[in-house]
Amino acid sequence: MTTILLAIVLGLFFGFALHRVGATSPHHIINMLRLKDLRLMKTILFAIGLSSVVLFLGLALGLINVGHISVKSAYVGVLIGGAIFGTGFAIGGLCPGTSLTAVATGRKDAMFFVLGGLVGAFAYMLSFDFISQTFLMDKIAGGKVTLAATGSAKYDALLTSVSGTAVAIAIGIALMAFAWWLPEDPFSKDKTHHNMVPAE
Amino acid sequence: MNARLPWLAGGVLLAMSFFLAVMLVKPIGVSTQFVIADAMAWNQLDNSIITKSAETKSGYASSNAYLNKSGGKYAKHAANPMNYSFIFVLAMMAGAGLSALLSKSNATPQQDAAEREMPQVWRQRFGSSKALRYTAAFGAGFLVLYGARMAGGCTSGHMMSGIMQTSLSGYIFTLGVFATAIPVAMMMFNSKSNGAV
Repeated sequence: MTTILLAIVLGLFFGFALHRVGATSPHHIINMLRLKDLRLMKTILFAIGLSSVVLFLGLALGLINVGHISVKSAYVGVLIGGAIFGTGFAIGGLCPGTSLTAVATGRKDAMFFVLGGLVGAFAYMLSFDFISQTFLMDKIAGGKVTLAATGSAKYDALLTSVSGTAVAIAIGIALMAFAWWLPEDPFSKDKTHHNMVPAE
Repeated sequence: MNARLPWLAGGVLLAMSFFLAVMLVKPIGVSTQFVIADAMAWNQLDNSIITKSAETKSGYASSNAYLNKSGGKYAKHAANPMNYSFIFVLAMMAGAGLSALLSKSNATPQQDAAEREMPQVWRQRFGSSKALRYTAAFGAGFLVLYGARMAGGCTSGHMMSGIMQTSLSGYIFTLGVFATAIPVAMMMFNSKSNGAV
């Protein structure tokens, strides 16, 4: 029951945050992808960098149970699947999490996206038997690996000669610095045009 | 809806939600739940899809190879909707709905209603046909979830949670996504009328 309570609290928080950063708006996502408005990219890069630094500090200090770490496998299908994903991401301006949250904010186009998503996931369920026998499932660099050592016995690290904490903090700080440096609208000559942001 | 935070405040809020999830339970992920929802519906129509089994690790098995993989983990979750990941996604929807209700719009009700049908950037480029936008959104959803399942995760699981843990798979997924998303978005949406770069 505690797990279900945590699911409710953490889910509410994540959904709230996605809406507040503007990620539930396809307008903002499409303008991010065509490099017109990078505010959302700055937010996401910074969030990944900051959470990574705090996570690895927490692991180093023993404040976080290393068993909570969960690393996904790297295989050829991650790249190819990512490319298929990217195509739909650009057309729709939505991803799995933001489409469901956009439906909750009343977006009608997002409902069609979610329906398409259910059909797409079903198509994958039916094609998995075939795909699992192809090169798409070939592992890359051992599969479930991280750059920085997490301390978990389940996952190997690629960079072993340096402290995992140092590697992760360096990457995290680099991501935050990059987020800070990125301009919000990199190619705009006319700053007044930027006020034309519609509702979410 | 004028709820959007400045980039830095938004980044800190989002970082807190990733971090708290992994500290208290496990990293955030969403796209698997599309499979779980499909499996629930499929099993309603044909209850031979998911069965109890003494031979698998989860105690459940499926006639579908995908639901049956990893010891029948997905079959088990579809048979028991009250599990962490499924409830998390439902609560995530409630959280966004709540945020939208609590925020004030700085646009007119007509502008808000129009935006809920299609994003402004779409309307400027392709006009106001709802049929076109809804069909494209359906197709986009198909590609996104097919791709996410092939990759084993999505923006949440691979990009955010993955790179947070420095997972190799997270960087590979991100590379694959932006390799197509940026050129497709530019080709589709850039025109002189909407400030092409």
